Amino acid sequence: MKYAGLLVMPAGFFLSLAAIVLFADPSQRAVFVVCGLAVEALGLVVAVRGNMPARGESRP
Amino acid sequence: MNTPILSDSLIALTLVLLLLAPLAIAGVALINSGLGRSRSAAQALLGNVAIIAVTAIVFAIVGSAFAGCLPGGPGHIFHAAGKPWNWLGAGPFLLGGVSSAPAQSQLALLFEFLAVALAAMLPWGSGADRLRLIAGCAIAAVLAAFVFPLSAHWIWGGGWLSQLGINFSLGAGFLDTGGAASVHVLGGLSALAVIWIAGPRRGKFPKEGFSTAMPGHNAAYVLFGCLICLVGWTAWNLAGAILWLHAPIAALPLTAINTLLSASTALAATFVVTRIRFGKPDASLCANGWMAGLVASSASAALVSPAASLFIGLVAGIATPLLVELFELALAVDDPSGAVSVHAVAGLWGLLAAGLFAPQTGQFVAQMVGVAALLGLFLPLPYLLFWLLNRIVPFRVEADGERVGMDLHELGGGAYPEFVIHRDDSYR
Repeated sequence: MKYAGLLVMPAGFFLSLAAIVLFADPSQRAVFVVCGLAVEALGLVVAVRGNMPARGESRP
Repeated sequence: MNTPILSDSLIALTLVLLLLAPLAIAGVALINSGLGRSRSAAQALLGNVAIIAVTAIVFAIVGSAFAGCLPGGPGHIFHAAGKPWNWLGAGPFLLGGVSSAPAQSQLALLFEFLAVALAAMLPWGSGADRLRLIAGCAIAAVLAAFVFPLSAHWIWGGGWLSQLGINFSLGAGFLDTGGAASVHVLGGLSALAVIWIAGPRRGKFPKEGFSTAMPGHNAAYVLFGCLICLVGWTAWNLAGAILWLHAPIAALPLTAINTLLSASTALAATFVVTRIRFGKPDASLCANGWMAGLVASSASAALVSPAASLFIGLVAGIATPLLVELFELALAVDDPSGAVSVHAVAGLWGLLAAGLFAPQTGQFVAQMVGVAALLGLFLPLPYLLFWLLNRIVPFRVEADGERVGMDLHELGGGAYPEFVIHRDDSYR
């Protein structure tokens, strides 16, 4: 899970990058950049969840 | 792109400011040490000094070539969608040609030397009490050689992020005059990667019950570090405003005032939040709030009005203690220095706020693209590099090292040899 989350995060970055290349309209750009950030946030949440010790797991 | 030439008086002023800026590094080193345990204090401070040395050497040999000093310098450029994408510096290794470079370029280089040292100290603070000295140095070397130069070139060296204004009409391009992105967000996200790879301190999150409180050993160090940081940060923000924004002397006092206002409102907000939350203000969280205000000001102090600085500091100060609690209690992130909340999150907020309050049209979208680049690449990339590095140089000390303390284990002597070092109650 943690690796999946970290792999999703660059996808959000490329979505933001695509937004500024593909759209000339400022509002469309802004919306798609926000979508890219949302994808990154999703990846971050998955990565954080993946790195949290499971309940009852043996810890150092 | 032609870079405006600074006058001799501005060059002299920038040099003086950059001689004061290391006080920010000293302050962060004191804070890192004070927030750790007494039996690891000497190792923590030695680690900070060693990291400054390692980053200076590695950045001089390799990193400076990839970073580039000023817009217009050599860079690796590819063309896509009809636009140039300058993604990596192509300067000489081993600081070749620096002696004949203009003073402005040399000052920019000095700024980057200080920036990479501070960025590399943040993961060290977060890995306190369990990170081996050699691992801290190796992490610093990786950051100085590959990761920091990439972000520094994109933002300060004429890279694609700084050219968003020219190529895509997004304000003045991504702006980060004080290092909120290249230093604090990068360092804070690297700290998160190190925390995940090294794991929490022994006994921090026991199987049963809540996380164990492991308070810092010296609140006086921490708070004095905050005071030193104010001087260093102000100098840092002013030097950045001159170098990267080409601000005139007349604009500098306002930048200094904004830095102070942001830190002050952040401290006041944290003071009130912790007073409400715990019944009494918490010294280390108030220090974190102060630092978060300074970090947020790194992005915004040269760009926004005093009223906006008050608001930026207020949000940073309210959010920081809540985030520290969230990371520790809910997300099991063992971050003794609070680098993730204080540097990464406050830095991201400062960058977005700079776009929100900056006068240029399209600046907010430029800042969002920059934030997307930081979050999307500069957490996965350090994580991957550190994961590989951990296979070669194990980050974490053996269990016995944690038990006796990093000072005795790694240095053979403690920071306070005349004190009785108590075994804490966290070992169950």
